[in-house]
Amino acid sequence: MKRELDRRSFLRIAGASLGFGALYQFAGSALGNSRALAQLTGEMGRANGEAPAPFTFVQLSDTHVGFNGPPDPLGTKAFERAVQVINKLPQQPELVIFSGDLTHDSEKQDQRAARMKQFKQIASTLGVQNMHYVPGEHDAAIDGGALYREYFGETSYSFDFRGVHFIALDNVSRGKPAVGAEHIAWLQKDLTRFPKTAPIIVFTHRPLFDLKPEWEWFTSDGDKVMNVLSPYENVTVLYGHIHRDDVHAIGHSKHYAARSLIFAFPDPAQVPDKKPVAFDAARPFKNLGIRVVDQTSASAPAINDIELTVNEYSGTVGIQQLLKSGVA
Amino acid sequence: MKTKTKRVVIFLGTFALSSMIAGSWVPSALAQDPQVIDITAKRFAFSPNEVHLKAGQPVTLHLVSEDVTHGFFSRPLGLDETIPAKQSVDVKLTPRTPGKYSIICDNFCGSGHGNMKMTFVVE
Repeated sequence: MKRELDRRSFLRIAGASLGFGALYQFAGSALGNSRALAQLTGEMGRANGEAPAPFTFVQLSDTHVGFNGPPDPLGTKAFERAVQVINKLPQQPELVIFSGDLTHDSEKQDQRAARMKQFKQIASTLGVQNMHYVPGEHDAAIDGGALYREYFGETSYSFDFRGVHFIALDNVSRGKPAVGAEHIAWLQKDLTRFPKTAPIIVFTHRPLFDLKPEWEWFTSDGDKVMNVLSPYENVTVLYGHIHRDDVHAIGHSKHYAARSLIFAFPDPAQVPDKKPVAFDAARPFKNLGIRVVDQTSASAPAINDIELTVNEYSGTVGIQQLLKSGVA
Repeated sequence: MKTKTKRVVIFLGTFALSSMIAGSWVPSALAQDPQVIDITAKRFAFSPNEVHLKAGQPVTLHLVSEDVTHGFFSRPLGLDETIPAKQSVDVKLTPRTPGKYSIICDNFCGSGHGNMKMTFVVE
């Protein structure tokens, strides 16, 4: 098939890691009316029953519900604040994806279950009810994902939304940071019905490449996953785990890490050891925020960073109010 | 005894004798067997947490888990091992390049897992 389509102008999944998470816009309006677009739209319509169309979604990551203590004494406050911010966005997202470590692990099964229930309770206050999850090691590694499945369903799966193929990929529940041969074979089979130009979004917990292996920022068989994805020209990988934003390109694919909703990690290029960024009582949500990327025009993307703040709680008095107001 | 085996025995005997005459074969030659280094994994630390190795010198790492399953991982050293719960594994290693290498547990073992690491110093 002749490729008339300019890939860069076709699929505008504008994303960037984004503060409390990420707000992405899939900008079908940038597609124009080219013949190639019509061809691809037709292919996608046949492949998944729905042609690509503009939409917005949000990624949240690493809420670690149940974690409460140094270096971050605020428990679920940032998660709750993020929900407030999302609910007030002028353009409501159509779905929310969570890229792992929804809860913090515990040795006690009943405590883990309580944390998963608490996560779902907070998430249920989102105005957007179309939510999808993938586990992090704190959710699923301790029991191979058994309890996680009871609350959130399968750990790897796929679905189609507005003409985009989403793939949730579990790279944690085996204990070791790996997807595993069985799920890689599933991925390969899952993709066979799509044309090479199909817009594909993979969301997973760990980076699928060696970002910083000695900090455990890698997936041991990530290269095999990327080999399966490499023929596809419009692949976006969204992940968490590293508690900071990062953007990376591998071939046709772009990989975006979202910040966490609990303590941040520093830039590994700047510090020798993996230690969380110190809590700043004057700015309790420092390093958390939202970046809205608008790439609906053909020009360079417009990026707006909005730091997650606590307007009602400011200064020294404010942090005391925040701590007293019911830290989970 | 088969002919091939006989040849090997004769060759080794001749080699040993000539080495002894030359004064180069001493019991210390047995030390060329890889040095065994015992490393214990227990949530959430390795013991010892630092080991010094010589570049080019083979060693056998005797890895023991005292509790749950642990990992023993270093990308630059080519280590990607699993130490099953309350079991041991032996791993051969010949470090080639001097430097400091961080070894991490990459098998999730609990809340302190993220800080479970040790260092190989290759000299």
